[in-house]
Amino acid sequence: MPSPRDVDLRVDLAGILLPNPVMTASGCAAAGRELDAFFDVADLGAVVTKSIMLDPRAGRPTPRMAETPSGMLNSIGLQGPGIDSFLGQELPWLARRRARAVVSIAGSTLGEYAELARRVGSSPGVSAVEVNISCPNVANRGMVFACDPYQAAKVIAVVRRDVPRGVPVFAKLSPDVTDLVGVAEAVVAAGASGLSMINTTLGLAIDPGTLRPVLGGVTGGLSGPAIRPLALRCVWQVHQAMPDVPIIGIGGIKTGFDALAFLVAGASTVQVGTVIFHDPGAPMRIVAELRDELSRRAFTSAAQVVGLAHTPATDSLAATDLEGLRTP
Amino acid sequence: MTASAGPLQQRAEVLSRKQIGAYHILTLVAPGVAERCRPGHFAALAVGGPESGMLLRRAFSIYRVRESGTYGGTLDVVFDVHGPGTAWLATRGPHDIVDVVAPLGRPFALPADQVPCVLVGGGYGSAPLFTLADRLRERGCTVHMVLGASTEQRLFGALEARRSAHSSVVTTEDGSVGVRGRVTDVLSEVVGRSGAAVVYACGPMAMLAAVAGVAEAHGAWSQCAVEEAMACGIGVCMTCVLPVVGDDGRTRMVRSCVEGPVFRGDRVRWSDVGTVPADALGAARGGP
Repeated sequence: MPSPRDVDLRVDLAGILLPNPVMTASGCAAAGRELDAFFDVADLGAVVTKSIMLDPRAGRPTPRMAETPSGMLNSIGLQGPGIDSFLGQELPWLARRRARAVVSIAGSTLGEYAELARRVGSSPGVSAVEVNISCPNVANRGMVFACDPYQAAKVIAVVRRDVPRGVPVFAKLSPDVTDLVGVAEAVVAAGASGLSMINTTLGLAIDPGTLRPVLGGVTGGLSGPAIRPLALRCVWQVHQAMPDVPIIGIGGIKTGFDALAFLVAGASTVQVGTVIFHDPGAPMRIVAELRDELSRRAFTSAAQVVGLAHTPATDSLAATDLEGLRTP
Repeated sequence: MTASAGPLQQRAEVLSRKQIGAYHILTLVAPGVAERCRPGHFAALAVGGPESGMLLRRAFSIYRVRESGTYGGTLDVVFDVHGPGTAWLATRGPHDIVDVVAPLGRPFALPADQVPCVLVGGGYGSAPLFTLADRLRERGCTVHMVLGASTEQRLFGALEARRSAHSSVVTTEDGSVGVRGRVTDVLSEVVGRSGAAVVYACGPMAMLAAVAGVAEAHGAWSQCAVEEAMACGIGVCMTCVLPVVGDDGRTRMVRSCVEGPVFRGDRVRWSDVGTVPADALGAARGGP
């Protein structure tokens, strides 16, 4: 059995080389600075920054969150400082710390996405762009871009056009659709280098005192371990349909085994989100645990297990000590 | 790193848990944290143990710290049971482990001069005021305390206030001890009599709004520690925001965990808490 330190965690994500497959999820790590008190952000696979919009945005009224079983609902409303402040302050900080930055962008019109792609694409220190398409489309009666394959593809096409060739563009998909594979195929055809899946799924909580919705924004995005099986199913289905498209697996990852489960379901890398609120040290703990999980199963690299769950089970693990592996 | 730098995350051992009136005091062994704490800092505790389905940390102001002792540095938090998370904390005992992140937030600002100060606490919101009183007295400030609660059971630290402060007044809404009424019923008199230059307060939002108003009316500064609901406590989740006016006169939705929990009372738009004012930076409608 290889020792944990012999396990090669390096991964190639649509052409960018990462030291390990663990990234922070957008909206759960701000722009990395606050987590620097808990670990060196340059040790992460990458920092995915909170979705940035063109203009400063105040977001939704409080309460903005509700705890739910093994998860939470959030209704932040993309509060943020706008692209000027982000490019002037946050991105240079990540570059100085030598952290790999994946910049998440969000817009309410195709024009806004295009402008953001130009601004971000021409900035130094951007490893990749992640496109948050779970935003209401002002030009289409507020229907969320991600829920319509045609609109989702149009966003990806305008972003791809303005982001330099060497910088991959990831489309972040919503699970709240009837035909997820259809949306995935549409955005890949429009030029997405890969897929980030999944975004939160819409939920609601009722206050036992007022018998009214808890959240100021009424509905909110459900995240955390509660949605992990849903996320794994999405990754599995899309990888099965498009095995060559790089996938970033996201949804309730709490342990190294959870990360491994996403890799074998077909993800090349993973993002850790809500669990950071519970345990700010979680991303680097998960890197260490993933190393152990691979080592104890006699794997020598993270890359070799991607999609493994889609191949028939063999007795290749029989030679290794399976003690304790049955109930992760 | 300097002694006052940033928060630490530790799996802290419980040294003791005591019940005082309606509240619990949890003492955690957290070496390195105590040295970094200033009055007004808070701690964020994970609840439910390693397999917990409760993901969000619970934030508590820090009552006392001991920098060293038989067990290394310790910190005390005070809490009230009002949900499954705090109910779990109320069953912790010696040698149990609680994951703690501390110190967090911006502490109370201390006056440069030796001035009279009034410290106001509602319920267990009084917890951070006793170390604050110590610091203020060390600097030569005169300290007056006003503590209030609905009942005597829900008062915290009334005896300690008599020791920590030059004068103290207690109010209860049911009149079970002290003056019948609320802290704000007696505050104006205390601020006027003491000639306070600064009023410090910690408690429910409505109390803080009233305290800030009284301070303003007397020409005193106010430093208010808010108790806004938080998911992370470290500045990444953006859930704990409230509208605060900046040096430039603009209102912004700011995070109470990193830009607070202590705010200048005259800068918080108390009547707009829970909303996004139309003139806030980046508000969806209206505003410049």
